[in-house]
Amino acid sequence: MLAGYVVGFILSAALTLAAYQLAIMGTASMTLYIALGVLAITQLGVQLIFFLHLGDEPKPRFKFASFLFMSGILLIVVVGSIWIMTNLDYNMMHMTENEKEMYMQTQYDKGF
Amino acid sequence: MSTQHDTVVLNRSALGFWLYLMTDCLLFASLFATFAVLRNATAGGPSGADIFEMPLVLTETFVLLMSSFTCGLILIAMKHKNVRGMIAAFIVTFILGGVFLFIELSEFAKLISEGYGWQRSAFLSAFFTLVATHGLHILVGLIWLSVLVATLLKRGLTTKVIRQTTLFALFWHFLDLVWIFIFTVVYLMGVAV
Repeated sequence: MLAGYVVGFILSAALTLAAYQLAIMGTASMTLYIALGVLAITQLGVQLIFFLHLGDEPKPRFKFASFLFMSGILLIVVVGSIWIMTNLDYNMMHMTENEKEMYMQTQYDKGF
Repeated sequence: MSTQHDTVVLNRSALGFWLYLMTDCLLFASLFATFAVLRNATAGGPSGADIFEMPLVLTETFVLLMSSFTCGLILIAMKHKNVRGMIAAFIVTFILGGVFLFIELSEFAKLISEGYGWQRSAFLSAFFTLVATHGLHILVGLIWLSVLVATLLKRGLTTKVIRQTTLFALFWHFLDLVWIFIFTVVYLMGVAV
């Protein structure tokens, strides 16, 4: 039982340090963000298995099922928000304050 | 017969508590979404790269990771009915959690004293809301831990203490999981320029 926690700790520490080095040395780019995201999700998996023992659950796996459902909702909320707001930001980027107001008014008049 | 009944109750409580953790994740999901949308809305104020002290944040991260590990040691000691070991691991976990909270609050205090409080920009509002919500969970965890230790000292290793300790461990590991993403999304992605 102790071995599991030690392995989990060492892997988490290594993943944290790797991500830290990457962020400190790297420059902001989509590649860096994706690399950091992959490292974070790997560490999530490590801790779920070694600390929260999600893999040991006997059937029926209610914990795992609820975890998957939560992940689905989480992705919809986070990715959806970023997607919509980036789009809006892009479409309104070149407008002046006045134009933005007019644009919003016309959108409003069209109805939702 | 009684122990079998206890196991059933324990498993049921653990599942119920797990479902609470999943809904808590959704609370954090909405705060993460808000932060992701507002992270560049600095309104002429500082960006993440200007204000984050990365060595301190890395220390904070390791302190919390270590406390998650010592929290596992509590469960191991409990499996061996080693009350003294449990208390020791509880105390180390409490100290590490306290150090984490102290580092976080001193970071907040420094930002506020420099005029970079949550009123400064949408980015800082989202930052304070997300990070402080996690910090508040840690505070609740520390209070829960203290009550558990007091009960353990007074009543010994009762069924109720075993159940509460199991749930507390889930809660504490869960907070470390959330921190991985705060560390990555807020700090690491914020500091790269």
